[in-house]
Amino acid sequence: MKTYKIFVDCANCANKMEEAVKKTDGIADANVNFMALKMNVEFEEGVDEKKVMKQALKNARKVDDDIEIDF
Amino acid sequence: MRRKQKKALARIIIAAALMLVLGLLSHFTNINEYVLFALYMIPYLVVGYDVLWKAIKGIGRGQVFDENFLMAIATVGAIILQEYTEGVAVMLFYQIGELFQSIAVGKSRQNIADLMDIRPDYANVEAEDGSLVQVDPDTLEPGSVIVIQPGEKVPIDGVVTEGTSSLNNSALTGESLPVDVAPDSSVNSGAINLSGVLKVRTTKAFGESTASRILELVENASSRKAKSENFITKFAKYYTPAVVAAAVLLAFLPPVIRLLTGADALWSQWIYRALTFLVISCPCAIVVSVPLSFFGGIGGASNAGILIKGSNYMETLANVDTVVFDKTGTLTKGNFEVTGVHHSPLEEQELLRLAAHTESHSSHPIAKSILKAYGKPLQPELVSDVEEIGGHGITARVDGHEVAAGNDRLMNRLGIDFHDCHSIGTIVHMAVDGLYAGHIVISDELKEHSREAIAGLKEAGIRKTVMLTGDNEATAQGVAAEVGVDEVHAGLLPADKVTIVEQLLEKTAKGETLAFVGDGINDAPVLSRADLGIAMGGLGSDAAIEAADVVLMDDDPLKIRKAVRIARKCMRIVKTNITFAIGVKLLCLVLGAVGIANMWIAIFADVGVMILCVLNAIRCLFVRKL
Repeated sequence: MKTYKIFVDCANCANKMEEAVKKTDGIADANVNFMALKMNVEFEEGVDEKKVMKQALKNARKVDDDIEIDF
Repeated sequence: MRRKQKKALARIIIAAALMLVLGLLSHFTNINEYVLFALYMIPYLVVGYDVLWKAIKGIGRGQVFDENFLMAIATVGAIILQEYTEGVAVMLFYQIGELFQSIAVGKSRQNIADLMDIRPDYANVEAEDGSLVQVDPDTLEPGSVIVIQPGEKVPIDGVVTEGTSSLNNSALTGESLPVDVAPDSSVNSGAINLSGVLKVRTTKAFGESTASRILELVENASSRKAKSENFITKFAKYYTPAVVAAAVLLAFLPPVIRLLTGADALWSQWIYRALTFLVISCPCAIVVSVPLSFFGGIGGASNAGILIKGSNYMETLANVDTVVFDKTGTLTKGNFEVTGVHHSPLEEQELLRLAAHTESHSSHPIAKSILKAYGKPLQPELVSDVEEIGGHGITARVDGHEVAAGNDRLMNRLGIDFHDCHSIGTIVHMAVDGLYAGHIVISDELKEHSREAIAGLKEAGIRKTVMLTGDNEATAQGVAAEVGVDEVHAGLLPADKVTIVEQLLEKTAKGETLAFVGDGINDAPVLSRADLGIAMGGLGSDAAIEAADVVLMDDDPLKIRKAVRIARKCMRIVKTNITFAIGVKLLCLVLGAVGIANMWIAIFADVGVMILCVLNAIRCLFVRKL
């Protein structure tokens, strides 16, 4: 499991962001902590984490433009 | 305020001022309808352009039900119905709500960051010429020597090698009374050095040190979500689409029915009611306030020296109904002391001398307490033929005498007549040259607050308190009577403790939980078997931090009650917020549908409720007086 710093504006966006990241291919589970501005991500085995995170950010941005993920 | 927030505030003020002017203007003069529309568009766009823009982009991506879209539809609809003031006002208040939420959330993040400001930034290392160099503590290997000056934070766990001082551990334990340290005392990172310069040899790496571990734990705490948090996520998922669907029905169904029955359709009236629905539909109040409450509660608790490892445990803690204590180290100090020497025919000192020499090779706490009571240097050359009989005691040859020290089983085995003792504690019988020579009573001291803690739990409505111990029945009953627990189980092996906790678990009512409190040593199986494992004296004990769900940083049993109270307060606030927000919204929906509530009331239902819920949630942070 890896922890990333994130930025997200509102609590509801955080929920939606979590959904979006969870649905990304290569991600087994994700957990967004709105208050601490952190996200825990569990990857599926053997995936290129950087590539997966890029896609995850793309999916998250579809929900809300202002989302940032540090990776 | 951050720049983004300042900008939002400026837009709100400008729009509000323009609205005021326009309100007066339309009241006192008779402006053309189109001009008025154009004029109202200025504050509307000033305050709402970003919402409109996001809504348009959202539609492009198929994100229909986000709050931007709802607000855009509601306000555009109102303007089309020529309700200019209401359309702009909804947007204005929506933005005020958003700004407020962003400030409140930012503030509590900051508050908690301040409370948890225990991360040391640097460590001082002595250079070859004797000057101090500041280095990144992460680069230091265990075993390095660091210097801590008065006023500085201890950066890494270690042992004092030089200097004396007192440390303030309050950021770690919530206890503000300073602790004195001298060479050989261990120090925990995160403590503040108050008076003297200390040289410390580190025993851990920075990442494994107390401060880093606590921070990691607190920061990850809210990733374990409580049931009520999951409920909210699910609720929000269905609530918004449901309300939007209801709004569509409300806009079209009644007018169509009216048309079919030959009445006037009243389109604009029903559309207006549908728009009110949309304004109410945003679940923001609950979605923001619930995680905020848990975050605040966990942050406040950690400042009081109570680490709660997740929102789910907050919920379990609030429902605790049975508290099971381990005796040693939890209700008692775990320091065994000789409390009585009942001797005959030898003198007290002589008996202790023989006992101390007999026990001199044992590392058992009992042996240590006898050595301490003897208090004089030993003469190892006097001791020979030491034999330790497990579960019985020790026999040895000391200074020419055959000495046996142990429990009643040892005496029976050796066939020695002994006197039973009525004192509470562990009894070490002594026999010298085959004759009974009296016994030594060793007992553990109660912690200062044990009795108060049990009484406090009762007062807080805990139904049952139970004490488990491996100690003998008499000692257990004595301690139990003194602290006032309801039930005692003595003479237990670690595995028996699990069995008893399982039996007690079966007896707890549905929706109520059982907490086990231990000192984290040898308790791991029970800690994980109970609904909630509470470890005490977590400061410096990795095992405790690992195994338990709630860690009390110092070993004061009063903290258990405080933890329960914090959890209850937090859950109460969460429940109030959920009930209040959903209640008000449903009420407004009903009133809106029948036409009693207008858009102004809808704004209150949305923004007003959100502000109230957020303010209420922030109360979770304040736990000092609990």
